[in-house]
Amino acid sequence: MRIAIASGKGGTGKTTLAVNLALRASETDHVVLADLDVEEPNSGIFIQGKLLSEEQKFRPVPVWQKEACTLCGKCKEVCHYNAILILGNEILVLPELCHSCHACSELCPAGALPMRNTPLGWLRSYKSGHLDFVESRLDIGVEMASPLIRQTLEYLDRNFSEADYQFLDCPPGTSCSVITATKEADFIILVTEPTPFGLYDLSLAVETMQHLAKPMAVVVNRYGIGNDEVFRYCEKQQIPVWAKLPNRRQIAELYSNGEILYTRIPDFRAGINDILKQLKTQSAQP
Amino acid sequence: MKEIVIISGKGGTGKTSVAAALACIAEKTVLADCDVDAADLHLILKPEILAREDFYSGCKAEIDPGKCTSCGQCEQVCRFSAIAHEGGFYHVKALACEGCGYCYHACPAGAISLPEQKVGECYVSKTRLGSKLVHAKLGIGADNSGKLVAKVKKEAKQYAEKEKQDFILVDGSPGIGCPVISSLSGADFVLLVTEPTLTGLSDLKRVWELAKKFRIPGGCIINKADLNPQLVNVIKEFLRDENLLHLTELPYDEDFHHAITLGQSLVEHAAAKWRAQFQNIWHNIKEVTL
Amino acid sequence: MKIAFTSTGETWDAMIDPRFGRTEYILIYDEASDSLTSYDNRDIIKVQHGAGPQTSQKLFELAPDILITGNGPGGNASSILQRMQLKIFVGAGGFTIRQAYDKYKNNQLPQGG
Repeated sequence: MRIAIASGKGGTGKTTLAVNLALRASETDHVVLADLDVEEPNSGIFIQGKLLSEEQKFRPVPVWQKEACTLCGKCKEVCHYNAILILGNEILVLPELCHSCHACSELCPAGALPMRNTPLGWLRSYKSGHLDFVESRLDIGVEMASPLIRQTLEYLDRNFSEADYQFLDCPPGTSCSVITATKEADFIILVTEPTPFGLYDLSLAVETMQHLAKPMAVVVNRYGIGNDEVFRYCEKQQIPVWAKLPNRRQIAELYSNGEILYTRIPDFRAGINDILKQLKTQSAQP
Repeated sequence: MKEIVIISGKGGTGKTSVAAALACIAEKTVLADCDVDAADLHLILKPEILAREDFYSGCKAEIDPGKCTSCGQCEQVCRFSAIAHEGGFYHVKALACEGCGYCYHACPAGAISLPEQKVGECYVSKTRLGSKLVHAKLGIGADNSGKLVAKVKKEAKQYAEKEKQDFILVDGSPGIGCPVISSLSGADFVLLVTEPTLTGLSDLKRVWELAKKFRIPGGCIINKADLNPQLVNVIKEFLRDENLLHLTELPYDEDFHHAITLGQSLVEHAAAKWRAQFQNIWHNIKEVTL
Repeated sequence: MKIAFTSTGETWDAMIDPRFGRTEYILIYDEASDSLTSYDNRDIIKVQHGAGPQTSQKLFELAPDILITGNGPGGNASSILQRMQLKIFVGAGGFTIRQAYDKYKNNQLPQGG
C-alpha cells in the first residue's frame, strides 16, 4: 500500500510523522520510506542508515549540434518555456528551464538538437535496521522537482512492489510537485496543527486531494495549542482524524537533535500505533 | 524606499509570525505576502480587499472535437501522458498537461489551442493596522514560478511609491525554488528566520547558498533558541562565516501559537514581552538599510 | 564604451532598477555619441519562467560593454551574461542613472555577476 504524507503548510510535522510511522511499521512489516521532498530532503537526518546504492538521475535535454544547425529559429518558436535563446549565430539551451517535452528536438528540420541526458539529482538507497529508505536529492540549481519525484516513484515500483507499505514523505504545499508525489498514492495522510495557519493550509491541501479523488485522513500534531476549529472542519468534510499527537517542549527538543520520538515518548508512540492500526484496516479493504 | 524580505528555507520556523510582529512596529510600510502557495499573513492582519486581479500563467492544451480527425498524433508526441483516447475522442487531461505546446505544433488539423490559464488571484488590501497588504492565492496544482511573486512585489512597490511609504516588508516564499528567488530579487535586506534543529540548519544553509548570489546584506533571527543551545552556537558560527548579522534569539514560547489563534501578532498579544525585542530588530534592520 | 543600466524609467533621473531579470527598462548610454536610449522590458512581467535569460537575450542584442545594476543577475542570467564578456558592476540600487554612472566612473561600484 502506498501512503503519501503531505501537508498544506510546512513545519507541521510531516517528516516527523513519516519517519516515525515507517520505523515503527518496519518492526513487523516490510516497509520502504521514500523522501520525495527532493528540494530539501530531511528525513535522512533522522534515519541512520547504511548506504546500499546510489544512482545519478538524469533527464533528457536538447543539446545543440552547431554543424547541423541552419539557424532557422524553429526551436525557439516552439519552446514555450523560454529555454532556447538565439544569441547571434549561436543557439543556447537553458537546461534549468527545459521541461523535456522534446518539441524542439523533434520539430527541428535539421536534427540539430538531439536529446541527451542531463544530471538531475541523486537517488540513494539505505537500510536502517529493518527499514528500507530511499532519498532523492535535486542538484542545486535544478529547479524542477517533478521529474526526479517521478523517477523515484518508478524506482519504488521496480524494487519495492512487494513491500507491505511504501511511505512517501512529500514536499509541503499544494503546487505541481506535490501533485506528482501524491498522484500515484493509494492513501493520503495530511498532517496539520490546530492553529488558524494549520487549518487554512489544511483546507488548501484537502481541496487538492479531493481534486485527485484520493481517500485521506488527518493527523493533528501539537494537539493542545490553538483551538478545536480543525476538528470541526474535518467533521464537516467527513475526513477522519486518526491521531492527536501531543505538544510538549520535550518533543521539540528531541526533534531538534534528530531523535526518533516514538521510542522516547509513550503518548506519541500510542498515536503512531493508532495510525498504523487504521492503515492496516484500510489496506485490508478491497 | 527599502525592501526587506523574510525567508526561512524550512517551514514552521516562525517566519510569518515575525513578519506580522514587524508589521505592527514598522511605520510607513507596505506589506507583501509572497508565500503565494499558502499565504497566511492575512489570517493575522485580517485585510479588507480593495482590489482583485486575475492572474494568468502558463497554458493548457485543449482539443476541439469539431476539428479533430482522431489521427492520434497528439497522443504520440505528448511526453506527459496528458492526452487520452476515450470514447472515440481525444482529450487533454488538464492536471497532467504541462503546457509545452508540442501537440499544438504537431496537430495536422489545427484542432488544438493553448489558452492561457487563470491560476490565481492577486489582491491589494487594507489591513487592520492601516497599512496596505498585497497578497495572492495560487490555485490547486499550479506551477509556482516566480511570476506571481514578482507581480505581488510589483504591486507593493507601486503602492509604496504612490503613497510615499518608506519600506516594503515581504513575507517571502518558503523552500529554495523559483518563488524564493523572485521574493529576493530587488531586496535591500534579507531576514532569515531559523530554528536550532538539525533540519532547520540544513535548510538555512541551502537557502543561503541561493540567496547570497544576490549580494544583499542579511541578518538572522534564531527562533526557539532555548530548545538547543548547542545548535544555536553552530548557527552563530555559520552566521559569522557568512557575514550575516545575528539579530536576536527568540525563546520557544507558546505565545507564538496563542497569538496566531487569537488572530493577533506577538506584539499585540503580549506587548510587554515582545514589543521591545521587535522594535530593536526593526531598528537594527533600518540601520543597515538606510 | 556602451553602458547598459537596469532602470525603472527612461531618463537620467530615473532610479536604477535593482533587479536584472525583471527590470522594467534597459537604458544604453553610448559615451562616444553621448546618447541615451531606452528599451522597454516591461513585457517581462508576463514571463513565467526564465525572466533572467530573456532579459539577457535582449542585452545581447543591444551589445553593451558594461552593465550597471543593483543586486546583480541571478544564476540563470549570470551564465548567459558570462558568454558576452560583459563587465558587470553592482551596488547601484538606490541611485539614479546619473548618480550610478558617476559612481562607476569614480570606481565606486564593485564588480559582480
